[in-house]
Amino acid sequence: MQLQYFLLLAAALFCIGVYGLVTSRNAVRVLMSIELLLNAVNLNLMAFSNFLDSQSIKGQVFTVFVISIAAAEAAVGLAIILSIYRNRDTVDMEQFNLLKW
Amino acid sequence: MLNQLAALSLPTRSLAEGVQIVTLVILGLMMLGAALGVVLLPSIVYSAFLLGGVFISIAGLYILLNAGFVAAAQVLIYVGAVTVLILFAIMLVNKQQDFAPVANAWIRKGAAALVCLGLFALLSTMIVATPWSLWTGPIAGDNAIVVIGLHFFSDFLLPFELVSVLLLMALIGAIVLARREFLPEDRLVQQQGDAALTLPERPRETAALTGSTTPRP
Repeated sequence: MQLQYFLLLAAALFCIGVYGLVTSRNAVRVLMSIELLLNAVNLNLMAFSNFLDSQSIKGQVFTVFVISIAAAEAAVGLAIILSIYRNRDTVDMEQFNLLKW
Repeated sequence: MLNQLAALSLPTRSLAEGVQIVTLVILGLMMLGAALGVVLLPSIVYSAFLLGGVFISIAGLYILLNAGFVAAAQVLIYVGAVTVLILFAIMLVNKQQDFAPVANAWIRKGAAALVCLGLFALLSTMIVATPWSLWTGPIAGDNAIVVIGLHFFSDFLLPFELVSVLLLMALIGAIVLARREFLPEDRLVQQQGDAALTLPERPRETAALTGSTTPRP
């Protein structure tokens, strides 16, 4: 059945995003991995909306909300990265330990 | 009569399903390959462009899921705005530096890969094993945009308005975070002479050098 194919694709995209989120050294790539995670969740919502709730498509409404919040998150995240880069002069995730101790 | 109709409609239906399957496979392979490129390629600029490829493939998958409006929104917002924003951030931040190697980095990568593969195995087992109760009633189809608009202005009205406030807050917050800091008043007077037409902001070079945690004068 087609629903399972879409869900498997979304699960694979989510796992790739988690791997990139954990292993990336560059802070911009971490943000890209977060976008991958959000898109995997969106794909799940759209698949459920099409196959399980075809008349009142609430999954599409949720997807629109997630897209708008992801845009806001990208803007604020990139502003934070720019600010950290000005202060620390690097984008290496290993050196962002201001709040650690 | 019914048998004739069934015989007539059967080949077209199977043809449509075949096209759907082939499109799904192509778009899925494109999406997964581009996502692997985003995560694994060493050059960050290639990663950003491949991220645009991931977003376009996902928009194609949305069209396959009878959602033209969300596909258009995906292309406009993600491909048009987020990818360009990330490219600008890369251009502003791109510093050719080799990160200092961390001891036992392969253990971290191996553990992360193992955890991700385990998560994928768990999720796929759950997806295959679950008996999904597929919808068999009437479908929205091409009427989807009307249904979405009705949802926005009836039962999802409060989240819709809250999202607009949140977007305004994110706009102001991003400007405040990314702006360069103002200098104190006494330095401002000194700086007036040599650069009369520049904004009274901290110059970028001095801001980049203050990497220590000592409080600024």
